[in-house]
Parts: sequence; C-alpha cells; structure tokens
Amino acid sequence: MSVLPQLVFVGPSVDWWALLPQMILLGAALLILLVSALAPQRTSSGLVTGTTVCSAAAAWIATFGLWSDVRTEGPSASIASALGVDGFSVFFTMLIVIALIATAMLAHSYLDREGIDPPEFHALLLCSAAGAIVMASANDLIVMFLGLEALSIGLYVMIAMHARRPEARESAMKYFVLGAFSSAFLLYGIALTYGSTGSTNLIHVRDYLTAVVFRDQHLLLAAMALLLVGFSFKVAAAPFHFWAPDVYQGAPSPVTGWMASVAKAAGFAALLRVFFVAFATHEADWSPIVAVLAFITLIVGAVMAILQNDVKRMLAFSSISHAGFVLVAVQSASNKGTSAALFYLFTYTFMVLGSFAIVGAMGADGEHPLDRYAGLGRSRPILAMAFTILLFAQAGVPLTSGFVGKFQVIGAAVADRSYLLAAVAMLTAVIGAFMYLRIVMAMYVADREVEGPSPTLHWTVALVLGAVTGFTILIGIVPQFLIEFADDAVPVLIRG
Amino acid sequence: MEMVAVQTGSTFPVLNAMIVLPALGALVVVLLPNSRPEMMRPIGAIFSSMAAAMSLFVMTQFSSQDPGFQFESIQSWIPALGINWHVGVDGISLWLVVLTGFITPIVLLAVDPHHDPKPYTAWLLLLQAGSFGAFLSLDLFLFFVMFEIVLVPMYMLIGGWGYDDRRYAATKFFLYTMAGSALMLVAIVSVATLSAGDQGITFNVIELAQRQALSTNTARLCFLAFALAFVIKVPIVPVHTWLPDAHTQAPTAGSVVLAAVMLKLGTYGLLRFGLYLFPEAAVWGAPTLATLGVIGVVYGAIVATMQKDLKRLVAYSSVAHMGFIVLGIFAFTTQSLEGGVLQMVNHGLSTGALFLLVGMLYERRKTRVIDELNGIQSAAPIFAGFFTIVMLSSIGVPGLNGFVGEFLILIGSYDTRRWWTVIAATGVILAALYLLWAYQRVFHGEPTPTDEATPDLTLREGLILTPFVVAIVFLGIYPKPLLDRIEPAVDGLITHIENHSDYERPDPADPIAIDQHQLDEDDH
Repeated sequence: MSVLPQLVFVGPSVDWWALLPQMILLGAALLILLVSALAPQRTSSGLVTGTTVCSAAAAWIATFGLWSDVRTEGPSASIASALGVDGFSVFFTMLIVIALIATAMLAHSYLDREGIDPPEFHALLLCSAAGAIVMASANDLIVMFLGLEALSIGLYVMIAMHARRPEARESAMKYFVLGAFSSAFLLYGIALTYGSTGSTNLIHVRDYLTAVVFRDQHLLLAAMALLLVGFSFKVAAAPFHFWAPDVYQGAPSPVTGWMASVAKAAGFAALLRVFFVAFATHEADWSPIVAVLAFITLIVGAVMAILQNDVKRMLAFSSISHAGFVLVAVQSASNKGTSAALFYLFTYTFMVLGSFAIVGAMGADGEHPLDRYAGLGRSRPILAMAFTILLFAQAGVPLTSGFVGKFQVIGAAVADRSYLLAAVAMLTAVIGAFMYLRIVMAMYVADREVEGPSPTLHWTVALVLGAVTGFTILIGIVPQFLIEFADDAVPVLIRG
Repeated sequence: MEMVAVQTGSTFPVLNAMIVLPALGALVVVLLPNSRPEMMRPIGAIFSSMAAAMSLFVMTQFSSQDPGFQFESIQSWIPALGINWHVGVDGISLWLVVLTGFITPIVLLAVDPHHDPKPYTAWLLLLQAGSFGAFLSLDLFLFFVMFEIVLVPMYMLIGGWGYDDRRYAATKFFLYTMAGSALMLVAIVSVATLSAGDQGITFNVIELAQRQALSTNTARLCFLAFALAFVIKVPIVPVHTWLPDAHTQAPTAGSVVLAAVMLKLGTYGLLRFGLYLFPEAAVWGAPTLATLGVIGVVYGAIVATMQKDLKRLVAYSSVAHMGFIVLGIFAFTTQSLEGGVLQMVNHGLSTGALFLLVGMLYERRKTRVIDELNGIQSAAPIFAGFFTIVMLSSIGVPGLNGFVGEFLILIGSYDTRRWWTVIAATGVILAALYLLWAYQRVFHGEPTPTDEATPDLTLREGLILTPFVVAIVFLGIYPKPLLDRIEPAVDGLITHIENHSDYERPDPADPIAIDQHQLDEDDH
C-alpha cells in the first residue's frame, strides 16, 4: 500500500520585529478607515492628521530600534530572505517616515482648504508609505514589485482625489497609464532575470552571477535593460521623464512633494539594491548606461527648467535634474557613490518638501505663475527667505545641505574617474541656477508699488517649513552625522 | 566634535573671531525691531569696525620675518571627508584682510540705502564675513564655501538696492561666477582625491602644495579649472562682461565692495591657489595669462575712454588695472609679485574711493552721464579736489600709491616678460587719457544753472573720504611697511615655484644673465 507523502506546508519564519514600521503604518491606515466608517461625524481632520503623525513617529522609534540592532548585531533578513534589515533599509525607512510626517502636516490644511475628505487621503498616504518602505528593504524582486505597486496605487488615487480640478484627474490618468506601463517593463525585467538566473531573490541572483560565467548573456542584459527602464520611469530620469512635469503640475501640492521625494527615493533605493548589489558582477554592463542616463537627465532637467514660466513646473524639471545628480553617484558603482546618492536623496527630500509646501501655499487656486511671487520679499520676508534658502540649496550654494550633497556626488564621480560627467553635472547646476535665481529675483526685485502677495500659512505648514529650512542650513554647516549615517547605509544582502 | 586648536602667535583665535563677528552682527541686526530703522547701520558699523580692529591687531602683531602662515588655527569640521576649518594669514593675504576690514565699516556709514536698512546692513556684514573667510582660509573646501557664499550678499545687494537694470546685472554676476567655480569644484575634489595616496585625503592647502602628487597633465587641467574661476572673478578679457553691468547697476556700497574686495578674490586666488598648488602648470600657463592680462590693460583702457557713463568708465578702468596685477603675478619675480599684491590694495583704495565719489555725485544730480555734467569744479571745489587726488592715484602719478604698485609690476615684469611689459606700459598713458578727459568734461567747462546748484561735500562725506586720501598719500610716500611684510611671502612663493618647476628667477645682480634668460625664453 502506497503511502502518500504527507504534504506539509511550512511557512517561512517571520521576524515580526523587523516588520514593525510597516505594520504600524498599515495599522494606522486601517484604524483611520475603521473609525471614519463607524463614526464619520467624530473624525475631524485634526484627529486623522494626529493619528498619521503619531503612527509615523512610532514607526520612527521602531526604526530606531532596528537601527541599533543593525549596529550591534549586523544586518539581517526576514521572511525567507525576502526582506532585508540593514543600514540601507533603516536609512530609507527613516527618510520615508520623516517625509510622511511632513506630508501629513502639509496636507492637513490643504485638505481643509480644498474640502477633501481627510480619512481616505491619510489612509492612502500611510499605505503608500508602507509600500515605499517595503520597496526600499525588499531582497526579492517580487516583494519589491509589491511595494512599488502599493506605493503607486496609493499615489494614483491621492492625485485624483481633487475631483473638482480637471487637471488633477488628467494628471492622475497620465501617471496611472505611464505607471502601469513602467510596471510592465519592470515585470518583464523581473521575468527575464528569473529566466537567466533561476530566481527572483536578489541573494540567489548575486550568488548565481558570481558563480556562473555566461557564454551568452543576452537574456540577462535584456533583463537589466528592462529593469533599468522601469526604475527610470519611477525616478523620472530622462528620457523616461515625460510624465513628470505634467503630473507634478496637476497633482495637489502636498502629493507633488510626496511624489518628488518619497516615490523618487524609493525608486532609487530599489535601483541601488538591484544593480549595485545584485548585479555587482556586471557593473561594466550597466554602469556606462546609467552614466548616459545621468548625462541626458542632467541636461534635460536643467535646460527645460529655465524655459518654464510656471513655478511648479520649474520645480518639476528641477527635480528631474536632481535625479540626474543621484544617477551620477549611482553610476560610479562604489560604496562612496552609494553613500553620496543616499546623502543627496536625504537632503533633497527636505528641500523639495519645503519648496512644494510654499508653492502649495502660494497657489491656492491651482495656478502658479512666476509673476505671483513678485514682491513676496517685502510682504512676507520670512517666508521669502525660507524659499530663498531652499532654492539656493537646490542650486548648490555653500552652507546649505544641497552644496554638501553635490560635493559628495562630485567626490564619488571623481574617485571613479568620471571627470567629464562631474564637469557636466556642475555646469548643468549653473544652468539650473538661472531658474532658481529667476524665482528669487521675482520675490525681491519688484516695483515698489507692487503689493506683494500674502498667502495664509496654517501653523502646521509654518512648522514644517521652519523644520526643513533649519535642517537644510544645519546639514550645510555640520554635515558630519548625516555623512556617517549614509556611509553606514551602504546596502548588503544577507541570507535570513 | 573634536576640537584641535593649534594657535601660533596668540592664544585668542583672532582670525576666527574676525570671520564670526560680522556674521554675528548680521544676526543681531536681523533681530533688531523694525521700528528703529535708524539703528541698523550704526549697530552694523560697530560689529564691522570691531572686526576691522581685529584685522589691525593682526597687522600689528604680524611678524615680517616669517614668510609662512601666522595666526594659524585648525578645527576639525567634517572629519569624514578630511575637511578642517583651517585659517591663517601670510604677507599676501594680510593687506587684503586689512583692506576688507577698512572698507566695510566706511561703506556702511557712508552710503544711505534709502530703503530697507535692515537687510542692507545684514547683507553687507555677511559680505565682510565671507570676504575675510575667503582671504584667510587654508582649506580648499573652506575657501570654496567662502568664495561662493560671498556671491549671495552681493547678488542681494545688487538686486535689492540697484538701479533699473539690476535684475539682469545681478543674475549675470551670479551665473558668471558660479560657472567659473563649477569646474573649480571638480578640480578641488580631483586634487584632493588624486593627492591622497597613502597619507589620506586632505584639503589642506599647505599640505597639498607640499605633496605635489599630480601628474603634469592632471595638474595643468586642474590649474586651468582654477584659473578659469579666478579669471572670471578678476575679471580678465574676454570673460569680463559681467563687471560693467554689475558695477553700473549695483548700489554705491555694492560697487565699492565689489571693486575693492571681491575682484581681489580673483587675483588672490591665482596667487594662493594657482601658483602655490600648481607651480609647474602656472609656469606653463603664464605666457597665456600674462597676454590676457596685457590685453585687459589695453582693452579696458580703450573701452573706458569711450564710455558715456562715469560709473561704467570707472568699471572699465578696473578691468585695466586688474590686468596689470595679472601681468605682475605671472611674471614670477619678487618685485612683480610684490607690486601685484600692493596694487591689489591700491586698486581697492583708489577705485573704491572713485565709486564712492561717483555715488555722491549721483546723489546730488541723479545722473552719471558725463555729457550732462559740466563745470562741477566751480560749484563743488572740495569735491573736485578729492576727486583729483583719487583720480591721480588711479592714473599712477608719482607720490601717490598707484605709482608704487604699477612701477614695481613694470620693473619686475621687464626681466621676464619684456614685450608684455612694453605694451602694458602704454596702459599707464591710456589711464591718464581716459581719466583726465572725463575729469575735464565733468569738472571743467561752462556750468549750466543746474550744475551751479550742485552742493559741495558735506563734512560727513569729507570725513568719510579722508581716510582714503590719507592712505593713498601715505602709501605713495612710504610703502615700506607693506612691502616689508609682503616680500618674504612672495619670495617664498617664487622659491616654491622654482623648486617644483624648471623656472629660475633672473638674478637682479647680473643683468647679462637676465638678457641670457630672456634669450632662452625667446628661443622657446
């Protein structure tokens, strides 16, 4: 009598502790939805924002615990090596959580002003934050894809939530179609990676590529190309950037800030983990292509930015040129380059959140012409000075975090002997500076009879602005701790 | 952060205090209540003068025997990148520091901004702090930070208090300088990275100059990147076009500081970083740069002659004067370098004073067009008197400071760059031409009723101009205290160049050797 082997499915052991930040955020999202469904009259916008901010703070503390674990016990992995806990994931989790706090506070007054229901927005924001964290810590391409979709789907809805503005819907549609398109590229790339290496797990991929010498590696090259295209869409690197200016312009300003900071950072996190770590053996194949992407992105971002007359659109193009700078660091394929990219992304997140916060406050009717900023330096000197600091930081003026970031990127490029790319990066920074100077000039140089605008700033917005501006100056003067933090965050792949 | 304080000469970190004090003053001014606008400039001037007093203290304590850096102070700043807050002063930077200290408080007191005194005072103080920092830093990173950060206050001053076309001029000024320094940043990182070797990465200028670890071609490329940044700042033809616009559109205070202090950052940078870090490359690039300098002398003078606007004329005269200094720097003799450093100070005094005078004239007449001004001398004789002395100093008349500097440059350059010197000498005559002609048209001639109503200098304005005139005459008669302190430093710099390149300075005791040297040069 034959004995059927007893099939027992043994699930992988789950280190719940490592998942705590994501779980806190998702739990808060569910809580918000539940409370708003059960007691709709009692869910004030203050309560919802408070919940989001508190859960983000709790997630931050949990991440801090993970960080001390990483520092004392070294990196680890969880859920059958699908999710890594290392300095890299901790770094991005902290970045995302901080951006989450800022965005929740910025959205607070925006949602009240525009009459959008806060609970759904905040629930989606929390979900997309959790997705971004998963994306940044995934050790497996499938898990990475799940994180990406969680991030993106939240974003699609958040962009479209402003139902009364046709351009918001248009921009959501555009982002959705192109996002789906880029997901398809990414999935195809994942499939081909699986086809050529036999696994979607990045550890297996790396081990396989280290152990095996291909006689014919076309499949692998195609996989890398498709993955790169997919990620380039997400981080808005030229020539895959065409969606970005329109979508950034049409989206509600807090969402634009979220997209420009967190979606971009998570995209770069995934890009770095896949290429710098898993495809490390094939650096000679992908690094030149990333260098070309960086080159095109820098030039397109800078040149297109100076042709715009709409401030939000200017900043959209400037965020493209920032992606170019990060790519310059990525292409060096070195620990120094990765650290520079992380430093740049961290500081950039603060600058871009602050900039779009001001743009949001100034454009209450959804219009952002440059003329509107005329005379702001006289009517609201502190606000104008904060914007000036953020813009100068993006231009790379010393004593701001933006300068140290550019310095780090140039250092990585030079150490890699990419002198030409370093020179191009700096020259495009000068071209881009023209655009920032136009905004500064508009604020400070106006005819004396021009009555400057005086936008109303909710205290949450003022608080966020003060914090990001202060951080930008602080890092510009004493960058040491953030440099060390970024140095410790170079990604590793650990079998759990 | 670990603090490693290394002090020489004095236990009080006087150089750091000089940089911090004006910045602190800016903060204090910003925090003053808006209801007391009349308080802003005096309080700013107090902070600025305190920094100036410190620069004078450094001057008196400075040892003229020591060719190296004095009052050095190193604090760890960004250890992860090998960056230190490292400042020090030597004979080359000393007088520029004193000049910066001298000019800023005077400008603050002299020029009324007419509106928004608070930000005006704060920006001027930050400009002083940044300029001190740029002249004093001995760390490439720190220097770059200071070199770039001074753009912001000047940009804001031009944009906020300038004339009609200020938006264009301010943006052009900012972008030109930033474009130059963009490549310099790449070169700075390259020098530090490629010199690292086993000793670790450093941005310490003295250390890098000693290591000389770059290959010839790399050093030349880096030198070109540095030179581009400084040449734009000087400015040298053909990258000078930002200067006339910036000067003309800037408020008087901006013009004075721009001419007296900020242009010096270019020539100072060439000396401190171009020659010191890349001696071989500097010798290699010297003929080109000296040629550009001479072109600047002649071109600036000719264009100045054609100007209709008095301020623009002074701006172009700056181009000519700075060309002299560049020639002096790239002639590599003790006298030419001494003359170059001295001429930086002289140009700061005379052109600074000229801009002040033109500004005062504009306050009275609301015009700077030469044709609209006639016979001012009879209406304002004291004003004309001050103008004459300053103008003669700018022309280089013996007995005034301009002569000493130009003479040293010409005599020093003659040994190594004979034909360049011959052409540059015509610039002295051209300077007389354009300045005297302008003087003649503005101050002589038949005054119209409006001209006759031009008020003369007030006592306050006279008091403001007097220190300039005293310095101009004193340096013209007795430049020895300056030269004594400049000489060891430039001598050390030339020895450094000789040690690291095949250049040999001509022996002044042996004129035949000089001729031989010249012949060798011609053979190349």
